[in-house]
Amino acid sequence: MSLFYLIPLLPFLGFAINGLAFPKLSKSVAGIIGTIPPLVAFALSLQLFLNFDGQAQIYTLAEWIKVGNLSIPFEFQVDQLSLLMLLIITGVGTLIHVYSMGYMAHDAGFGKFFAFLNLFVFFMLILVLGANFTVLFIGWEGVGLCSYLLIGFWNQKNSYGDAARKAFIMNRIGDLGFLVGIFLLIQNFNTTSYSVIFQEIAAGNVPENVGLIAFCLFIGAMGKSAQIPLFTWLPDAMAGPTPVSALIHAATMVTAGIYMVIRANVIFELSPEVLHFVGWIGLATALLGAAIGLFQNDIKKVLAYSTVSQLGYMFMGLGASAYTASFFHVMTHAFFKALLFLGAGSVIHAMSDEQDIRKMGGLKSKMPITYITFLLGTIAIAGIPPFAGFFSKDEILAHLYHHDFAMWCLAIVGSALTSFYMFRVFILTFFGDFRGTEAQAHHLHESPISMTFPLMVLAVLSVVGGLINLPHFAGGNEFLAHWLAPILPASGEASEVSFLSLEMGAPLLAAFLPAFFAIYLFGVQKSVPAADESITGIQKVIYNKFYIDELYDVIIVKPISVLGNFCSQVVEFLVIDLIVEGVGRIVAYASTEFRRIQTGNVGYYIFVMVLSIAVILAVSLRTWIL
Amino acid sequence: MLLLFILLFPLVLGAGLMLAKPSKPFAIALAGSIIEATAIAYALCPAESANLQFSQAWIPEAGISFTLWIDGINGILIGLTGLLIPFIIASTSNSDKSKNASYLGLILAMQTALLGAFLAKDAFLFYFFFEASLLPIYFLAAQYGGENRTAITFKFFVYTLFGSLFLLIALIYVYLRTPGETHSADIETLYLTARNLSAEHQGFLFLAFFIAFAIKMPVFPFHTWQPDTYTTSPVQGSMLLGGIMLKMGTYGMIRLVIPMFPLGIAQWGLSVSILAIIGIIYGSVIAIQQKDAKRLLAYSSFAHVGLMAAGIMTQSVDGIQGALYQMLSHGINLVGLFFVIEVIERRTKTRELAQLGGITQSSYVLTVAFIVLSLGSVALPLTNGFIGEFLLLKSVFDQEMYLGIISGITIILGAVYTLRLIQKSIFGNVSKVTKDFEDLLLGEKLVLIPLILLVILGGLFPQYVLSYSAASVEKLVALLN
Repeated sequence: MSLFYLIPLLPFLGFAINGLAFPKLSKSVAGIIGTIPPLVAFALSLQLFLNFDGQAQIYTLAEWIKVGNLSIPFEFQVDQLSLLMLLIITGVGTLIHVYSMGYMAHDAGFGKFFAFLNLFVFFMLILVLGANFTVLFIGWEGVGLCSYLLIGFWNQKNSYGDAARKAFIMNRIGDLGFLVGIFLLIQNFNTTSYSVIFQEIAAGNVPENVGLIAFCLFIGAMGKSAQIPLFTWLPDAMAGPTPVSALIHAATMVTAGIYMVIRANVIFELSPEVLHFVGWIGLATALLGAAIGLFQNDIKKVLAYSTVSQLGYMFMGLGASAYTASFFHVMTHAFFKALLFLGAGSVIHAMSDEQDIRKMGGLKSKMPITYITFLLGTIAIAGIPPFAGFFSKDEILAHLYHHDFAMWCLAIVGSALTSFYMFRVFILTFFGDFRGTEAQAHHLHESPISMTFPLMVLAVLSVVGGLINLPHFAGGNEFLAHWLAPILPASGEASEVSFLSLEMGAPLLAAFLPAFFAIYLFGVQKSVPAADESITGIQKVIYNKFYIDELYDVIIVKPISVLGNFCSQVVEFLVIDLIVEGVGRIVAYASTEFRRIQTGNVGYYIFVMVLSIAVILAVSLRTWIL
Repeated sequence: MLLLFILLFPLVLGAGLMLAKPSKPFAIALAGSIIEATAIAYALCPAESANLQFSQAWIPEAGISFTLWIDGINGILIGLTGLLIPFIIASTSNSDKSKNASYLGLILAMQTALLGAFLAKDAFLFYFFFEASLLPIYFLAAQYGGENRTAITFKFFVYTLFGSLFLLIALIYVYLRTPGETHSADIETLYLTARNLSAEHQGFLFLAFFIAFAIKMPVFPFHTWQPDTYTTSPVQGSMLLGGIMLKMGTYGMIRLVIPMFPLGIAQWGLSVSILAIIGIIYGSVIAIQQKDAKRLLAYSSFAHVGLMAAGIMTQSVDGIQGALYQMLSHGINLVGLFFVIEVIERRTKTRELAQLGGITQSSYVLTVAFIVLSLGSVALPLTNGFIGEFLLLKSVFDQEMYLGIISGITIILGAVYTLRLIQKSIFGNVSKVTKDFEDLLLGEKLVLIPLILLVILGGLFPQYVLSYSAASVEKLVALLN
């Protein structure tokens, strides 16, 4: 047994202890038991990372499912990709556990919350460590379960329970696609192990339906990473406590789809049509998310649509085979989006659970740490150099520029929208006059150190995170690209660009101009978004998320419900059961009729007997004679 | 002799309980069922099973013998029966039923009938127990059931009896064609005889067998007795019906139909698969609309069985192994879920989802048990339900891609109705009837905690079971080629 196994095992133990001991453990003990596992797992991951010799290591634990000549073991793989994911999950995970100790301090379900968080970390680690698609699927569905449990953490409120169910069910739609992809892989390779499949493909054994396989896997990714058309669960998922939104619905789980495509890049590379599709879905999602984000007034909803939109950017990158760039964005996004969510949580905490930015304002002086860190996060996501988001997003854009110019143009538009809505939120929250109630104003305070410490760490990462893949033109050595190269196709990296070109200039303009516009509009002019009822026209359509939920309700939910009612009330009783009862009736009727034959008259019986013998004789005679 | 003991011990004990009416029937019944389970566990050890065949001439003139055996296939079902009966008996604790010697006696008598059908190596013996099992369950449901029980139970009884008549006629038909002066009803002899019949005959015979088993499982559209019967039966009756008895149908398909009528399956197999898959979707969309928790479970069971039937019809190792594994998991999960609903009904006097809610706020253990069992039911990986469903869906997919994808919708719809059940019953706000809800009592925990452990262990270590049945299933499938 290698120490390696402790990495997923520790969070599982944390889950088991907190889960079994709830609610007997005190909050401080539960918090510590919950936070130590990801912390130690982080240390172990770091050690693995530093000692990594470039050779993928596969650990086979035991046989899991063996039927006929198919064998699926519990096996885990430590390589360039999983190591980085380990660091993100355990690193950001630890910070969010620390934060939760402060954020959830007053919640009765404290121990349970930590149990669920640990379980989530466990499944997320299984997801990235799995050495075959089936073990990945364990983590895949497992994180979905934790997402369900945590979105519905305050399940006494029915709408929260609905949001949790919606997340699980929409993910399951994607999972069916994923499962079909796994079945197709088994049909072609009789295994789901990465190493075998990728080697077979490298040896030229390419299945005919490789495009279909890639497509099915991508359907899975659409569900988990909230892409069109399976994205509507993510904004609703904001019903969960804010640390959950930061960890699961921004930094880690929702990037699982990108992780999976990168992991299976060998398969995707063989199907350019599917990659093309991935890119356009990503683009459409990026624009739609950004557009809806423009007019949202719930601070978490803005961040949620922003996440949808940023995930779209990552898929755009994948579509252009820019795997390193996409993964780079996964990393920097994990830093700045977790930071923004935690910052929003800090604000919500101070505002006594108020989430509407129209009722905030002027929090700058009351919450200096939250203010500064949120500002750094905003700059990072807006793509302003030299912050982390600039480098990662720019790398995706640079690839798009050479891959598909139309896509690049639209992506720039999305970038501009991002910068605008983020500065809008930032200004409305921290500048101007306070617009909340007296009671809220009285209660305003900076959050405790357990909450501000993670903010500060993440803020630093959001500022310097770009260093990990700093391009040559900025004096870097592209560490990430070199690190990931062994598992990626040998693709041409984006060519060198200069600051004065269109390729470089447009993203910068798209980052700065909307930011200034938002600052002018909300900071100088001090305009405040209108109340819900006075919103009209196209703005109302966007504010109501293009009525996509309503559309799904009409085309999917309602029909299933109508079908169910029709089946249970009409088909069941008026068709099937009537036939069954009908057969019964006929038998009953026939037996009543036949009963008349049995008159009880001996003479009649003898007559029938003789007649019958005669008939039998006649029939037999016929056979004898013929 | 061990097999004879295993077969008759529950009946003797049950009859004793019914006649003597001792003062502590619950303890006796539970202890007896545990002894029985131990004996079964011993008999199932691979080293033992092979030597255990018990054979006694029954009607020698007609070549019908009283032969019991265990192989990898029926071993799973015998194990399931031995495992579940103690839980079913234990589930009467904290209720009046635990003091009712006749009631407990009927459960034990039922165990003998179920075991008999699984143990029989002679087809007529199988038929005998297949029918005999109707008696104890009839009395359980008709005497101790809920609303409208007489009419519902009568329909169930007549419907299933009607189906088995076809089975009997078809069985006799094949039996009369076995070689030798006295013929033989030994299952393996029947395989050889039936397989040599013409395609046309096999087609009719297949249909006759299928109707009997289709009603038992049930397969769409032969299911209309099932939701009513499951709902109105006392909960132990529902557990017996859904947890074990329906598996007589799936077992019969594997044990008799698959090896006997390959040409019949060639004609009708696809139609049966389609019916079964219609049932998956049909059962699921109806389950989504149910207002009564127990009725919802009845439809969910119907949907699950559809997938088992479709998997069996693929006649592949994956499909049959998956079906066997799913029978085990489904039995465990369904008994657990029925019990959770029973506990809720005991406290609140209702199963109406609209009247429930908020139970989780006071009942942590019940919530955990309910959620784990539900996860097993929706086939989350690392629960027992995933293994069976994965193999079944894979087998159907390998046979016909589109059918596989349509069957796969079960993982979506299953989540819809199961999560709805959870939300309406234990999440949300407390209602008038749930405001003083008490968490599980000790006796209730002792039933549910082992069951949820089995859900997880079954998801982690399926290999112990899959390898147990592997050789027999492979042998059966090899017969087909």
